[in-house]
Amino acid sequence: MTTPPLHGLLGAAPSVLTVGADLFAATVRDQGADTAAVDWRPPMPGSAADLARVAADPRRTVANADALAAMTGAGAVLVDVVPAADALGLRRGAFLHAGPPLTLDRASGPMLGALIGAVLLEGLAATPDDAERALREGRSADGTPITIEPCHHHRTVGPMAGVVSSSMWVFVLHDPVHDGTAFCSLNEGLGAVLRYGAYGTEVLDRLRWMSRVLGPLLQAAVRRRVAGAGPVDVRAIVGQMLQMGDEGHNRNRAGTMMLVRELVPELLEAELPPGLALADVAAAVRFCNGNDHFFLNLVMPACKLALDAARDRPGSTMVTVMARNGTDFGIQTAGTGDSWFTGPAGVPDGLYLGDYGPADANPDIGDSAITETGGIGGMAMAAAPAIVRFVGGEVGDALAATRAMYEITLGEHPAYQVPILGFRGTPAGIDVTAVVRTGILPNINTGIAGRVAGTGQVGAGLVSPPAVCFTAALTALAAAVPREPA
Amino acid sequence: MSVLHVELRSGVYRDSVALLQLSRDLVALAGVEAAQVAMGTPLNVEVLVGMGLPAPPGTGPNDLVVALRTTDDDARDRALASLTAALAARAGVVDIAEQPPRTTASALRARPADLVLVSVPGESAFVEAHDAVTAGSSVIVFSDNVSVEQEVALKVAAERADVLVMGPDCGTAIVAGVGLGFANVVEPGPVAIVAASGTGAQQLMALLDAAGVGVRHCLGLGGRDLTAAVGGRSASQALRALAADPGTETVVVVSKPPDPVVAQRLRVEADDLGLTVVWALLGPDQPDLTVAAEQVLAAVGVTVPTWPTWTPASQATDKAGALRGLFVGGTLCDEAMVIAAAALGPVRSNIPLREPWRLDVGGDLAWDCGDEHVLVDFGDDALTVGRAHPMIDPTLRERRLGVEADDPRTGVLLLDVVLGLGAHPDPAASLAPVIARISSPVVVTLVGTRGDPQDLARQGGALAEAGAHVHLSNAAATRHALSLLTGAGR
Repeated sequence: MTTPPLHGLLGAAPSVLTVGADLFAATVRDQGADTAAVDWRPPMPGSAADLARVAADPRRTVANADALAAMTGAGAVLVDVVPAADALGLRRGAFLHAGPPLTLDRASGPMLGALIGAVLLEGLAATPDDAERALREGRSADGTPITIEPCHHHRTVGPMAGVVSSSMWVFVLHDPVHDGTAFCSLNEGLGAVLRYGAYGTEVLDRLRWMSRVLGPLLQAAVRRRVAGAGPVDVRAIVGQMLQMGDEGHNRNRAGTMMLVRELVPELLEAELPPGLALADVAAAVRFCNGNDHFFLNLVMPACKLALDAARDRPGSTMVTVMARNGTDFGIQTAGTGDSWFTGPAGVPDGLYLGDYGPADANPDIGDSAITETGGIGGMAMAAAPAIVRFVGGEVGDALAATRAMYEITLGEHPAYQVPILGFRGTPAGIDVTAVVRTGILPNINTGIAGRVAGTGQVGAGLVSPPAVCFTAALTALAAAVPREPA
Repeated sequence: MSVLHVELRSGVYRDSVALLQLSRDLVALAGVEAAQVAMGTPLNVEVLVGMGLPAPPGTGPNDLVVALRTTDDDARDRALASLTAALAARAGVVDIAEQPPRTTASALRARPADLVLVSVPGESAFVEAHDAVTAGSSVIVFSDNVSVEQEVALKVAAERADVLVMGPDCGTAIVAGVGLGFANVVEPGPVAIVAASGTGAQQLMALLDAAGVGVRHCLGLGGRDLTAAVGGRSASQALRALAADPGTETVVVVSKPPDPVVAQRLRVEADDLGLTVVWALLGPDQPDLTVAAEQVLAAVGVTVPTWPTWTPASQATDKAGALRGLFVGGTLCDEAMVIAAAALGPVRSNIPLREPWRLDVGGDLAWDCGDEHVLVDFGDDALTVGRAHPMIDPTLRERRLGVEADDPRTGVLLLDVVLGLGAHPDPAASLAPVIARISSPVVVTLVGTRGDPQDLARQGGALAEAGAHVHLSNAAATRHALSLLTGAGR
C-alpha cells in the first residue's frame, strides 16, 4: 500500500497549528479540531526581509544540522599543561585578551588593569604607569613590541579580561573526533585577581607561583594521566557536573571537585619537577580545591573545541562565539567565518559583594560566554537551583529561563542534560534567525568586574547580548545567500 | 553613631548566591546601612574587613557570618529578625509552566501538526510558512502582501516535501470537514472545491448549500496559483490528492482569470487522473460562478433550485447614473466586472479586467471617476496593509459607501456581504442603517450558508428591510443591478 498524497492530509480531520490572528485559532478550536497556537510576536525591527532571505537559503537546514552535530559530537580531553609561549608560540610582549578585537583607547578599566598586570608579570615595565605607557605606545622601554589580540584568534578562551601572556601556563584540550585543539589559562581564584583587572603585588605573586609551581605540577600530573589511564575526559565531567548542581559558568563546584579527584593520585605518584617538594603538591591541591571556579577554565576550552568543530559551514545560522572585551560584545556564526558582529556590552543585572553596587560594575567582559554558546551556563540555568537568585529567586524562574532558551536553539545537547527537566538535553546551538524572530536573547551568567582598573570582582549576575549583534549577523548571512539559479 | 553587629552561626550553610540575595534584602530595610551575610571563606572575611565589620578570629568557611551596620539597636533587631525568618523560609512549590512556542518551527518540533494556518503580517508570513513546509506540514497562508518569488519558493519546496501550500492570500479552506480562515459552515458531501479564489469558493459553497449539496474539501490555492509565474503548482498537487481521495466524487476548480497555458495543462492533468472536474475559470465568455455551480449540480444529479433572493418592501426610485460596486470579495468583484463590462463597456477598478481601466485607490478613499462605472475590491492587498480584512473590519468600505451615496452621479450601488466562520459576526447590523439612507437603488450579493453563525436568513431579511435587493447569486445580483441602471449609464 502506498502512502496517500500530502501525507494523508485529506483522509481525516487534520490537527492544526495556528500562527497569527487569535480569531482563526478560536474558529478552529470551536469546531473541535485538535489545535495548538504559536505565541507569535513580530521579529526585531527591520529584519523581516533578511529573515525571509535566510529562510529560503537552500543550504541552511543541512548546514545547521551539520553544525549542531559537530558541536554536540565534539570530544574534549585534557592532554597537557604548558606555558603559553610553547602552546601558542606567544612571544614576550604579545598579549591575548577576551572578546572581539579591541584597541587600547577603548579598553575598559578591568581590561586595562589586566593588561597592565600582564606587562608587569612579563617584566616589561617596572611600574603600572610604565606598563600603561608601554601598552599605549605599543613598545616597552627596552624596545619590545607590545601587541594585543583576541584569544579567539588563537583557539584560546580566557575568562573575564582573559589576558594571556607568554609566561602563563595554559590547559591544552584535544577533540579526538575532529582533531581540534583549544587552550585556556589556569584559573586564579576569586577576589583580587588579574582577570578582574587587579594587578597588585599579591596578584602578581600568585601568578608567578602559578607559573613556577602550579603549572609544572599540573603538567606532571596530566602527562602521567595521559600515559597511564588516558587523558581526563572533560566532556564527561561537564555532563556529570550538570547533574550535581553546576551550570558550568557561574557554578563550577562539583566539576572542580571531580577534576581534583582525577588529578590528585597522579600528583602524588608523578615525579616532582626539579625544585618542588611535597609541600608544593599540598599547596597546589589546596589551591585548586579551594577555588570553586578552577574547573571553569576547562569547561570553556571544552566548549571552544565543540564550537570550533562547527565553524565554517556556509549557510549555517548557528552562533559559534559569544565573547565580550568589557567594551564590545561580539558574536561569530558558523556561516560567516571569522567575521565579528559587535555591539556595546551591557552591564550585568546582578548581586553585589559587600558595599559594591551597580555604579561600580564594568560592562560585560570575558570569553566565558562560550559556555552559553555551547549549551550550558545560563542556557542550563535549570540545572543549578542553588544559584536561582540570579534569575529571580525561585526555582521556577530557573526552569523558565532554560525553557525559553529552547526557543532560540537548533536542538538539544545529547551529553549535557538537565535532571529537573526530565534529563532533557540542554538547549544547544543558538540560531541567529530564532533570536531575531523571537526577540529572545541568550541568557548569560557572568561575574561582574569593578569598572576601575585594579578593583577585582564586585559581584555576579545575568546579562544578555545586545540585539544588534544578531541583526547584524543576520544581514551578513542574508547577503551570503546564493542567487537562485536562473 | 552606627551600631555594629558581627556574629557567627555555625551549622548553617547557604549557597553564596542565596546569601548575596539575603544581604541585599537586609540592606533594603530601613536603618540598615550595610549588611553582609556570608560563609566565612577567606574572600568573604577579606570583604568584611573592607566594610569595617571584621569577622572574629578563627572564622572558617563553614561558619555563617552575619555582619550588620545599622543606625540603632532597633534597626539591628529588625534586621536580625528578618534574617532569621528568611533563613527559616522554605521555597514554594516549583512552578513548571510550559514555555509557549514562539515560532512555527519550535511548535512543530514539540508537537507535529497536519496543517499550519499562517495569518501573521505578510512580511513575516514566508518565514513561518517555510518552517511548516520544512517540518513536513501542509500550510494555509492567509496572509497577503507575500511576494510572488516567495510564493514560488514555498511551492517548489512543498512539492519536494509532498505537502500542500494553500495561499498566500488564501482566505478560505475546508480540509476533511474542518473550516479554516473565512470558511462557510457546510454539510459533508461529495464535492471538492479547488480554489485560487477565496470568495469564489465561498460563492460556490453557498449555492451548493442552497441546493442541498455538501462539500468535502475546499482547498485554497492563493489567487496567483494559476498565473504563469506560479504555474498552477498547488492546483496540480491538489488535483492529484483529490484523485486519490475516496470520498471525493466531483471536483470544481475556481480561479480568477488564469494563464491559458497553465489552465490547459491542468485540464490535461485532470483528464490523466480520471477526475470529473467542473472548470470555473472566470473571464470574458466563460461561465460565471452560478453557471459553474449548476454544472456541479448536474454532475452529482441534483436539480437546480431557484436561487434565493430577499426583496425590499419599498424600492428606491431608479436614478440615472453609473454603476458603483464596493466589494469585500475579489472574485465576486471580478465576476461582476466581467458581466458588467459585457453590457456597459469599460469598468474602472483597482483590480481591472484590462490595464487601461486601472483605478488608483489611494489611502484616503477620495478617488473620483466622474460618471464612469467603478467596481472596487476592498480586500485587495493595497487596501489591507496594516489593517484587518474588510470581512472582519467593514470601516473602509462603509466610509466609501457614504461618498458614493452622496455622489449625484451614482446610479446603482452593488455590494457584497460574505458570511462564515471568522467573518464579522453581524455585518447587516452596521450595513443596513447605511443602506437605508441611500437614495439610489442598492443590490447586495449575500454569500453564506444555512449553517453559518451569522444566520443567513436573518442577514438577508435585515438588508432587504433596509431597502436592498439581496441575491445569493452574485451573477444574478450583478444582472439585477444592470437592469436598474437607467439613462446615460445604460
